[in-house]
Amino acid sequence: MTSSRAAKIDRLASVAARGPELEPGPEGSGSRNATDAGVSLAASAWRRLRRNPVFLVGAVVIGLFVLLALLAPLIAPHDPALRLLDDQVSRARNEIPPPQDGHPLGGDQFGRDLFSRMLLGSQQTLLVAVLATVIGLGGGLVLGTLAGAFGGWVDSLVMRIVDVLLSIPSLLLAVSIGALFADQTQFTVILAVAIVQIPIFARLLRGTMLSVRQSDHVLAAKALGVKRGAIVFRHILPNSLGPVIVQSTLVLAIAVLDAAALSFLGLGAADDAIPEWGQMLGNAQDYFDNQPHLAFLPAVCIIVVALGFTLVGESMREALDPRQRR
Amino acid sequence: MLQLALVVVVLSVLIFGWLRMLPGGPVSALLGDRGTAESRAELTEALGLNDPIFVQYFAFLGRAITGDFGTSTGVSPGKPAMELFLERFPATLELSIAAILLALIFAIPLGYLAARRRGGWLDNAGVVGSMIGISIPIFFLAFLLKYFLSIKLGWLPTGGRQSPDIDATRITGFFVLDGVLTREWDAAWDALRHLLLPAVALASIPFAVIFRITRASVLDVLDEDYVRTARSKGLTRRIIRDRHILRNAMLPVVTTVGLQTGALLSGAVLTETVFSWQGIGQALAIGFERKDFAVLQVVIIAAAMAYVLVNLIVDLSYAVIDPRIRSAQKVS
Repeated sequence: MTSSRAAKIDRLASVAARGPELEPGPEGSGSRNATDAGVSLAASAWRRLRRNPVFLVGAVVIGLFVLLALLAPLIAPHDPALRLLDDQVSRARNEIPPPQDGHPLGGDQFGRDLFSRMLLGSQQTLLVAVLATVIGLGGGLVLGTLAGAFGGWVDSLVMRIVDVLLSIPSLLLAVSIGALFADQTQFTVILAVAIVQIPIFARLLRGTMLSVRQSDHVLAAKALGVKRGAIVFRHILPNSLGPVIVQSTLVLAIAVLDAAALSFLGLGAADDAIPEWGQMLGNAQDYFDNQPHLAFLPAVCIIVVALGFTLVGESMREALDPRQRR
Repeated sequence: MLQLALVVVVLSVLIFGWLRMLPGGPVSALLGDRGTAESRAELTEALGLNDPIFVQYFAFLGRAITGDFGTSTGVSPGKPAMELFLERFPATLELSIAAILLALIFAIPLGYLAARRRGGWLDNAGVVGSMIGISIPIFFLAFLLKYFLSIKLGWLPTGGRQSPDIDATRITGFFVLDGVLTREWDAAWDALRHLLLPAVALASIPFAVIFRITRASVLDVLDEDYVRTARSKGLTRRIIRDRHILRNAMLPVVTTVGLQTGALLSGAVLTETVFSWQGIGQALAIGFERKDFAVLQVVIIAAAMAYVLVNLIVDLSYAVIDPRIRSAQKVS
């Protein structure tokens, strides 16, 4: 049933929420690993991360990508929207400007400087990834907190809707959300990608919150007569964010890839004066047979960036998973 | 089963709401740009849009149950959306089955070998490869395959399901199977050649995911006491592999296969578009471009149902794989 995907998310949530310290050993809670005594989950996870080459490679890739996005306007030799080489474009003969003085990569299908567009594309791509993730995360936090804090019928109602949304393949869901907009812009793409992630975040957070709710410190807070709002926001929610943070890192990669797929399907702004790698790749499809580099360059950038986020996300998940401690 | 029923009910409400939220409302959605003021008023009345919202919802439900999802306006104008769907569905099914089979055939043995030789070259290559596999936009991979193997080298056809000069008999709508059933071997071979590249492209993500889950799952099982016991009893490697390791490691793998059907349908939209594969994925892509909401509607409902159904089968198959679940069912 739909419960399968939901169940997988729940399992992820509960494993991470329990944490290694809370797992009762055969001799009760006193059976901690000697080296881990007194070290919080986050601290021990960070210790393992620092030594993990997978994490380091991913972190370096992301660092360079962010640096590029920040510095792009300074490095880029030309305005990415100007059709400087328009005279060298021939639609009939499938010709685009070749590399030449001042234009190391030549021009794109409209005679705009490809090198500048590639550099500045990093900005918009980073923006798409971050915005989509933040919106998805925000929506997921609200829904997940509602379900996890109140339980009962609120939980049932929210989770039924979430289950249904999870049962629609993500790209189909994104396309149907995109279809609701009469005027499509790059923001439509961001919104469509983000909304698809909301049910995943909601389910993940709710699962973690439900298991944190059972823990001793929450019971203690209840016994002390702490107000319900304070219990949720100070005791349950902060302790439930680990899996959500890991998921956010993975969603950054998914957002870049999904945005490219939606551009390929024709969702998004027809006007691409401000370059974005996914859009450049999607729009290059008609030129692929004759000018493969138009697709190849943004595609390689997307793959490297998505790989960077995935490496970091996966190594974080591994570091937080108690079963990985060997 | 209750879960299934609930999902269908909530889904119908969502689709109903979605149709009403489309730009211009359902009348524009169904008529497209061809509507005149007269035909719009007529359709508004005919669709019962002047009725109370609950009446409208149940009317919608009634039409949906009888398979009446309106008429296609963009993909193939004038054709009932349901008929179009049924025509194209076998193509997508054939492609998806081929892709998941490809993924399983390669991912499970490779995942097992990678886990047995943890840290070896196969393990490292596999882990890196699967990370790259999920980071490549699937339509770009499809393009690469098509560009190098079809256009540059000319080894395989560039798109479609069958060469136009082959006049094959159709029975099931699965072209390869049709060729085998009618013993038209050249038609079957031709269909298989058309199928290969799209299936490889579509298999990339399930392959990466299944490889990793198999590897992780086998690694878990290898540490178990019963595997050590089996070894010290002096059982052959083969028996330990088949009965002790693989059987126990398969449960998470089966779950993942079910979960991947959703990703498969998403991927089919992109792969079918690149290879002009006449399936529902392509219909969805064209339908979206031409604002054919009747087609979008039926494809989304069908995709969600297919996903729910596959995962129901996965849940049921647990009992076959895991005797613990079987006995638990008997007790209850």
